[in-house]
Amino acid sequence: MSAPVFIAGTGAISAIGHSTAACLAALKNEAAGIGEMRYLDSVHRDELPVAEVKLSNEELSLLSGLAPGISRTAELGTIAAKEALENAGIGDVAQWRTGFISANSVGGMDKTENFYKAFLPDPTKGRLRDVVNHECGAVTEIVADQLGIKDYITTISTACSSSANSIFFGARLIRNNILDVVVAGGADALTKFTLNGFNTLMILDSEYCKPFDENRKGLNLGEGAGYVVLVSEKVAATLKENPSVKLSGYCNANDAYHQTASSPDGTGSYLAMSGALKRAGLQPADIGYINLHGTGTQNNDIAEGTAIKRLFDPRFPMMSSTKTFTGHTLGACGGIEAVFSIMALNNGIVYPNLRLETPMAALPFTPETKLVTGVDIKHVLSNSFGFGGNCSSLIFSKV
Amino acid sequence: MSDDLYITAVCGIGSNRVTRDGQVIFEEAGTAPGEFLVAAYRHSGIAYPKFFKMDNLSRLGWLAAELLTEGQGLLEKYDPKRTGIVLSNANSSLDTDTRYYETTRDMASPALFVYTLPNIVMGEICIRQGFKGENAFFITETFDAAFMQHYVTGLMKEGNLACCICGWVEILGPEYKTVLFLVEKTVLEVGHSQKFTTENIIKHYAL
Amino acid sequence: MADLKVQIIEQLNLQDTKPEDIGDDQALFVEGLGLDSIDALELIVLLQQKYQVKLANADDGPKVFRTVRTMAEYITAHKAQNA
Repeated sequence: MSAPVFIAGTGAISAIGHSTAACLAALKNEAAGIGEMRYLDSVHRDELPVAEVKLSNEELSLLSGLAPGISRTAELGTIAAKEALENAGIGDVAQWRTGFISANSVGGMDKTENFYKAFLPDPTKGRLRDVVNHECGAVTEIVADQLGIKDYITTISTACSSSANSIFFGARLIRNNILDVVVAGGADALTKFTLNGFNTLMILDSEYCKPFDENRKGLNLGEGAGYVVLVSEKVAATLKENPSVKLSGYCNANDAYHQTASSPDGTGSYLAMSGALKRAGLQPADIGYINLHGTGTQNNDIAEGTAIKRLFDPRFPMMSSTKTFTGHTLGACGGIEAVFSIMALNNGIVYPNLRLETPMAALPFTPETKLVTGVDIKHVLSNSFGFGGNCSSLIFSKV
Repeated sequence: MSDDLYITAVCGIGSNRVTRDGQVIFEEAGTAPGEFLVAAYRHSGIAYPKFFKMDNLSRLGWLAAELLTEGQGLLEKYDPKRTGIVLSNANSSLDTDTRYYETTRDMASPALFVYTLPNIVMGEICIRQGFKGENAFFITETFDAAFMQHYVTGLMKEGNLACCICGWVEILGPEYKTVLFLVEKTVLEVGHSQKFTTENIIKHYAL
Repeated sequence: MADLKVQIIEQLNLQDTKPEDIGDDQALFVEGLGLDSIDALELIVLLQQKYQVKLANADDGPKVFRTVRTMAEYITAHKAQNA
């Protein structure tokens, strides 16, 4: 099956911007979105930097059009997915077989955890309305309703590789002629549940994260949403503007090593990247830029770096981790970083890997530390590796 | 050589009963899910101390996968990169999420936090079985046999996988159920194997 | 140390291990009990919850948790400091 799948539109909201264009401007200006906690009411407020979307729930509700009181995850998802669909210019979704494949890891947890606070000490307290949309799937349905998509809706939940998996699942549905258009990606809001959980795993940096730096100390959590609109060749032909980017490769593999740590030689990452290249019919040397998973933890960066060394040696493409801007957006990172990868292709740029002072001694390459412009890149590889050994890589190519 | 895919084994755990290929191999009425799973594990005779570190969702899925693949010699037959897992449920990791949340009142438990994602059960199965192929976990309101049949068939026909464990793994409070199917491309003797069709999946799921 | 062994077994879900099975000077990680990085984090929680002793630097973990004896010594030393 070799039917191509094109990208007709993108949508994103993150700590560095509330739209694709705003994020791109921030990336070009090297303006990261990590800082002090402003919106989440956590005991770790003064200890841990985070990358929040700079809007309160009320402001998000105005932007998304959803009623106030709906889960922040659904708000973020709605804003980004709507932008992607408008951007795609496909008109009324009802004229095509359209699907919505979304990913998240927390669902409506932001509301549920506040419900529990009131409910646990006194079962007569707490607003049940707050837990109605707790499930990951419920959040997806809310966004799908906003988009008017009815034909096919599903939710993928595989930790940090979730939205990358959504994207290539969407592509499969198109290649197998089940759907014509798929809005695919993911969303995740920052919650105390995740913050406390990651803190207890001791992988958060109390300063701004430094992915791929020898002295990196961990990740900063972020939040946001990122979606792409995938279309078949037939739909692409009807669009006013011919799509300039296609999804040419993808692969998922399991590291089979540990629940939350990657194997030292990066087996899962290696399999995902090489599998994606194979599907795209490309050689390592064809990749112009790698958008790294690059979380900033001791473990991920050496595992990912080792896998890259094994696969690309001796010629290494330019690479960077945009988590240095947006923090780690968990279930949304595959989607947000897909959008960033597509923009890199369209604009001929490579984003900087911020705050890198000391390159990792074990690796024979260093990510870009400054913005690079005017580059002719034909293929971008985007990595998303999740807990449970779930490793995914996507390749976007210029048409 | 037939192009068909076959269900070469089925394992179900639910209502305090463990079944393999339709035969009850263990049952113990009246115990809560957690205790039942430990009893079923002990009855199986498998020695894997890490079982006790897992949450109930992972114990459920992992045990079913063990019983499903017992004696099948999968890694002798197939390249680990072409053995995969596709699972689904409705409640994700909610059962463990609640337990984890309770620990945050005093001190959050890192061991529990690890399991607050539904795909960790696939990670546990892969670690034990050595599977390195594609994994996916879908959240759907009810078990969608047609979707599972279609999706896994696609993966295996595309050539990504030669062998796949697929099915449903769900637990929330007192309710739990898992039905796992072992699907293989080539079967030398059809024997008890059945064709991998939606009807056959539904038939086994209902048991 | 006897109490500590019971607590370790409980905290780490070592259902099939009895306190008598854990030697005072037996390596807890890698060989020995075969504990991993998540177990180390749970031991940090145990120290805090049961003994109010905080291990601020995760890098000290391997040293402090090498054996039951080294754990006990650390607790005694730091409890005295906190008192």
